[in-house]
Amino acid sequence: MSLVPSVKRWTPASRVAVTVGIAALAALAAGPALFGANAVDKLTTLFIYVILAVMWNALAGYAGLVSIGQQAFFGLGAYFTARLADAGLPVYATLGIAALGAGLVGLGLSAFMLKLKGGEFAIGMWVVAELAHLLVNLDTLVRGETGTSLIALNAFTSEARRADNYWAALAGMALSLGLVFWLLRSRQGVAIQAIRDDEAAAEAVGVRVAASKRLVFTLAAFGAGLAGALYLATATTFQPHAYFSPQWTAYMVFMAVVGGLGTFEGAILGALVFFAIEALFGASGVWYLVGLGATSLVFALFFPKGVWGAIEGRTGLRLLPIGYRLIGGENKQIVASATKSA
Amino acid sequence: MILLNQILQGALLGGYYALVACGLSFMFSVMRVINLAHGSLAVLAGYALYVLADRFGLSPFTGMLIVAPGMAALGWALQRFVLERASRAGLLAPVLATFGLSIVIDNLMFERFGADTRSLAPFVDDLAYASWALTDDIAIGKLALMTFAAAVIVLGGIQLFLTRTSYGRAIRATAEDADTVGLIGVNPRVANALAAAIALASVSLAGLFLGLRATFDPYSGGAQLIFAFEATVIGGAGSLWGTLIGGIVLGVAQSLGALISPQGFFLLGHGVFLAVLFARLAFDDFGARVRSALAGGRA
Amino acid sequence: MSLLALVNVQARHGLLQAVRGVSLSLEKGETLALVGANGAGKTTLLRAIAGAHKLSGGSISLGGVDVGAKPSYARAALGIALTPEGRKLFSRMTVEENLLLAKAAGRSGAFDIDAIMAIFPNLKARRKSLAGSLSGGEQQATAIGRALMTNPDVLLLDEVSLGLAPIVVERLYGQLEALKGSGLAIILVEQDLKRAMAAATRIACMLEGEIVLEGRAGELTREAIMRAYFGLRSSGRAA
Repeated sequence: MSLVPSVKRWTPASRVAVTVGIAALAALAAGPALFGANAVDKLTTLFIYVILAVMWNALAGYAGLVSIGQQAFFGLGAYFTARLADAGLPVYATLGIAALGAGLVGLGLSAFMLKLKGGEFAIGMWVVAELAHLLVNLDTLVRGETGTSLIALNAFTSEARRADNYWAALAGMALSLGLVFWLLRSRQGVAIQAIRDDEAAAEAVGVRVAASKRLVFTLAAFGAGLAGALYLATATTFQPHAYFSPQWTAYMVFMAVVGGLGTFEGAILGALVFFAIEALFGASGVWYLVGLGATSLVFALFFPKGVWGAIEGRTGLRLLPIGYRLIGGENKQIVASATKSA
Repeated sequence: MILLNQILQGALLGGYYALVACGLSFMFSVMRVINLAHGSLAVLAGYALYVLADRFGLSPFTGMLIVAPGMAALGWALQRFVLERASRAGLLAPVLATFGLSIVIDNLMFERFGADTRSLAPFVDDLAYASWALTDDIAIGKLALMTFAAAVIVLGGIQLFLTRTSYGRAIRATAEDADTVGLIGVNPRVANALAAAIALASVSLAGLFLGLRATFDPYSGGAQLIFAFEATVIGGAGSLWGTLIGGIVLGVAQSLGALISPQGFFLLGHGVFLAVLFARLAFDDFGARVRSALAGGRA
Repeated sequence: MSLLALVNVQARHGLLQAVRGVSLSLEKGETLALVGANGAGKTTLLRAIAGAHKLSGGSISLGGVDVGAKPSYARAALGIALTPEGRKLFSRMTVEENLLLAKAAGRSGAFDIDAIMAIFPNLKARRKSLAGSLSGGEQQATAIGRALMTNPDVLLLDEVSLGLAPIVVERLYGQLEALKGSGLAIILVEQDLKRAMAAATRIACMLEGEIVLEGRAGELTREAIMRAYFGLRSSGRAA
C-alpha cells in the first residue's frame, strides 16, 4: 500500500454487484420467452414495486421528505395515460409522456410544498392527493368513481400485451434505478445526502438546499407517475379511488422502512420483501394490512436502518459505488465514507 | 338568506373541526409531533362508544365516562411507548411510526367491525336531527350548537389548564426546553405523557361528535386527520383559539362549496386551505426578505 | 460525611473526555469557586452533578447517598439546583411562572416568591413580564431565583456574570452575599478571578477536565491560580 491515500469509488463487492445487476437486467429482458404467463405478470408487478420503493426511498431517505401523498402522482400518471390514450396516442408512448406530466406537476408543486416541514409536509401532500383525486373525478371521461378503461390496449393480443407491459415495466424500472443511481453519484447526490444528514450544515457549506430538494421531489413525482401509468397498463381499468388511495403510500413506507431508508440497496430489498409478503399473505385480507402497518411501526422505532442497514452495519458491505472511500496511506484502515451518517 | 344559513351551518361545523383539531394542535405545540394516527384514534373512540351503546345500552354521553379516561390512558401509553421512542429515533421516525400505527388501527377496526358504516345518532333519540328554526331559511341544529359549545369549552378548558395550573405550566415549560425543566424538578416524560393523555381525551370527544353528527367506517380516520390538519394550519399552528377560527373558516368554505356541487364541499375546503397556506408561506418569505433587506441587503 | 462528595467523576461528550476523574467535596455553608479556561470542563462537571449529563465513571453522593444514577428532576428533589450557563429561562413564560415551576421539586424552605423578590428587588416590577423580554441582569436574577425556589442544599451557579455589564455583576454578587449566611453550599463557576477569590471560601482550578489546584481562598495566591489556569506547572504533569 502506498503512503499516500487514494480516493476510490468502487469496492470489489460493488464491482461484482453492478456487473451482476446489469447482467440481470439484460437477462430479464428475455423474460416473456422464458417464463410462463403468471410469472411474467408477477415480475411486472415486482418491477412496478421497485420503482415505487426506489423513488419513495430517495425522497424520504435522501431528501428527508416523508410524503403521505405520493399516490397523487401515481394516480395522475394513470389518469394522464388514460386521457392521452383516449386522445389517440400510441398506448406505450403515453406511459412515458404521462410520467413526464406527473413530473411536471411535481415540479410545479415543489415551489410551494417544499416550504413545509416534517409532519406538515406529510399531511400536506395527502391533501394534494385528495385534491388531485377530486379534480380527476370531475373529468367526464372518468365519470366519477365509475372510472374508465384503457380500451386502446384491446388492440393488442393478450400475449403481446403481457410482453409489452413486462418490457415497459422493466425499462421503467431500469430507467428509475439508473436515474436515482446517477443522481446519487453526482455532485447533486452528495449535496442531497448532506442535506439528509444536517440541513443547516449543508446550507452553511454552500449546498443549494432548495434546488436539490426540488430535484429529488420532481424525480420522485416522475417515478410515481411512471409506476401509476405502468400499473394502469397491467390493470387496464382506471378507477380513481384505487389509484389515489393512501394504501399505496402504506406500501411505499413499508418497502422503504423495512428495506432501509436512505440506501439504494435497501429500496430494492424492501420491494422484494414486500413482493414476497404480498404473494404469501396478500389474500389474508386485513390482517395482512395490519401486519404491514405493525412492521413499519416496529421498524421505524427499533430498526431505523432497516434490514439492509443491519446487513451493511455488520458486514460493511456496499454494493453500489455511491460515495467515496479512502484507501491506503499510513493508516491502512478505510478512513471515511460519505454515504452514511454516523 | 340561504347563503346566510349556509354560512351559519359552516360556522357551526367549524366547531366540530376545532374539536377534532384540538388534540392534533395541542400535541404538535407541546411535543412537536404530528400524530398521523390522530383521525384513526377519533374513529376508534367512536367505535368504542358504539359498542357500549349497542351492546350495553349506554347512551353515548354516559359512554364517554368510560371512553374518555380510557383514551387518556391510551394517550399516556402512546407517548411512553411510541412517541417518546420515535422522537429519539430520528426526524422521520415519528411520522413513519404514527402512520404505521394508523394503518394498524384502521385495519383492526375493519377486522372487528367490517365495512358497514355506523352512527351514534340512533342512540340519542332525535338529538341529531332537532333544530331551532330562526326564520324560514335559517335553522340551528341542536347537535351542531352542542358540538360548537363543546369545542369552546374544551379549547378554553385546556387554555386555562395550561396557564393557571402547575401541571399546565410544567407542560408548557417542557415543550419549550425539556432539558432545563428537569433541573428544577419537573419530570419531562411525565409532563409529555400528561399532555398526550389530555390530547387523546379531547380526541375521544371528537369521536363522540363525529358519530353523532355523521356516519363513520373504519377508514374514516384519514378524512378526520386531514380536516383537523387543515383547521390547525388555517388557524395558525400553535394557537388553540386559532384552531377554532381555522375550523370555522374551513367549515364555512366547505358549506359554501356545497352550494355549487357535492364535490364543491371538499374542493373549496381544500382550496381555501391551500390558499391560506400559500399566503402564509409567501408572507413569511416576504417578511423574511423585507427583514433581511432592512438589515443591510445581505441575501 | 460531606454534603456533596465527588469521587473520580468522569464525563464525556461523545468520544471527547470532558471531565477526567474529578474528586472534590463540599460542606454546608461553603462557597467553592471553580475557575478555568473555556473548555476546561467546568460546565460539564456542573451539569453532571445536577444530573443533566451522564457520568461515564466515578460517583456523586449527596449526604452520603449515591445519586449518580438519578435523573436531574430527582436530584432537584433531593436538593441539588443548577443555574445553567446561558440562563435557559422559559422565555414564553413570565418571571413569576418561571419561579413557580420550581415548586415541582417539592421541597420546602426559606425561599418562596417573596423571599426571591426580597433578594432581587429589581425583579419586583418585572414579576408579570415574559422572561424573554427581560434585560440580561434581570434574566440572570430570575435564573438564580428559579434555582433557589427549589430550596436546594447545594446551589450550582454556572457563569452568572457572562454577558452582563460590570455594574450589574457587582449588584448580582452583592445579592449573592446574602445567600452565604444561609447554610447553602454553593459551587460557583466564574471566569473573573478577582470576583471568584472575593466571593469564595475555597477555590479549585480546572484544566482539561482535571482539577489541577485546590485550596482555601485565603491561602492561594493569584499567581498560583493563574499558573494553574494556564497549565504552567513547575514539574511535569499534575496528578
